[in-house]
Amino acid sequence: MAADHSHSMAHDDHGNAGSHEHTHPDWGTYKWVALILTALTGLEVWIYYLPSFTATKLFVPTLLILSAIKFTIVVMFYMHLKYDAKLFRALFVGPLIIASFIVVGLLFLFNHVKIQF
Amino acid sequence: MATAVIDSHDPHAGAHPATSTGLNNTKIAIWAFIGSECFFFASLISTYLIYKGRSLVGPFPHEAWTDPSTHQVYKAILNIPITSVSTFVLLMSSLAMVLAHSAVVRGDRKSSKIWLATTALLGATFLGFQAYEFTSFVHEGLTIHTNLFGSSFFILTGFHGAHVTAGVIWLLTLLFIDMKRGLTPDEAINVDVCALYWHFVDVVWIAIFTLVYLIK
Repeated sequence: MAADHSHSMAHDDHGNAGSHEHTHPDWGTYKWVALILTALTGLEVWIYYLPSFTATKLFVPTLLILSAIKFTIVVMFYMHLKYDAKLFRALFVGPLIIASFIVVGLLFLFNHVKIQF
Repeated sequence: MATAVIDSHDPHAGAHPATSTGLNNTKIAIWAFIGSECFFFASLISTYLIYKGRSLVGPFPHEAWTDPSTHQVYKAILNIPITSVSTFVLLMSSLAMVLAHSAVVRGDRKSSKIWLATTALLGATFLGFQAYEFTSFVHEGLTIHTNLFGSSFFILTGFHGAHVTAGVIWLLTLLFIDMKRGLTPDEAINVDVCALYWHFVDVVWIAIFTLVYLIK
């Protein structure tokens, strides 16, 4: 990834106040993020059309992992969560974790996911 | 209890009033809103996943179906190539959005207008793809009333499309302001808040694309 540039300021581009070191991505980083997102999307679609792979147990976990990577990259770099205040991170990641547990819990409740002992 | 963090001599302090957190309240509000939206889309995605594979009649998303009463054959309804292109369009709109925000921060008015317009155009293109998809589904026999797949699919992707529509209107409003009097670097927070919403809509689609379209 391209190097980030940093600057110290009392009020930064994202509306944060306080004298703290703040960094945000530059054009090079944004370009690389876009390329990686495109490549990962291409990879997802490619494995969708691989009958030998879709028949295996790896198909769904692979897609979920690729999707999670894309999700994380957008949130970290485009939404600047990697560089922003911790409160913003808490406001997003907290509900996201609870929402994920709700989805998984409901899938267990309706017998879509079963644990075999 | 509340203590101002911003120094009154700070030349940038006029951008937003002093807050107890030292953070812009507008930005805290949009992150709280995005957090609540996580629950909203989690409930819609849960509903889709719970109903997945439980439709009694077709058309189905990934496999063909023959109507036993009429012997009419319905092909698998999802069009992955078209949706892949629309996904790419939405991902590129996120790139245009960060470039628009960056241009406003730099005070580059020409670039900010170009990138705001590009983002809105790409968002509208995505909506065009969705309109095409919905129309073709209805022509192929899948409506919101047809089966559980149709109901949960149209509700989930329809609400996402409504969010994209709201985002496009928001972007066009910012573009109008930028063309009318120009967005100054002090107003970059307004573009930043819109950008956060837009990127959230993008990440929701990343999840929908995998869970609805790709996982069979």
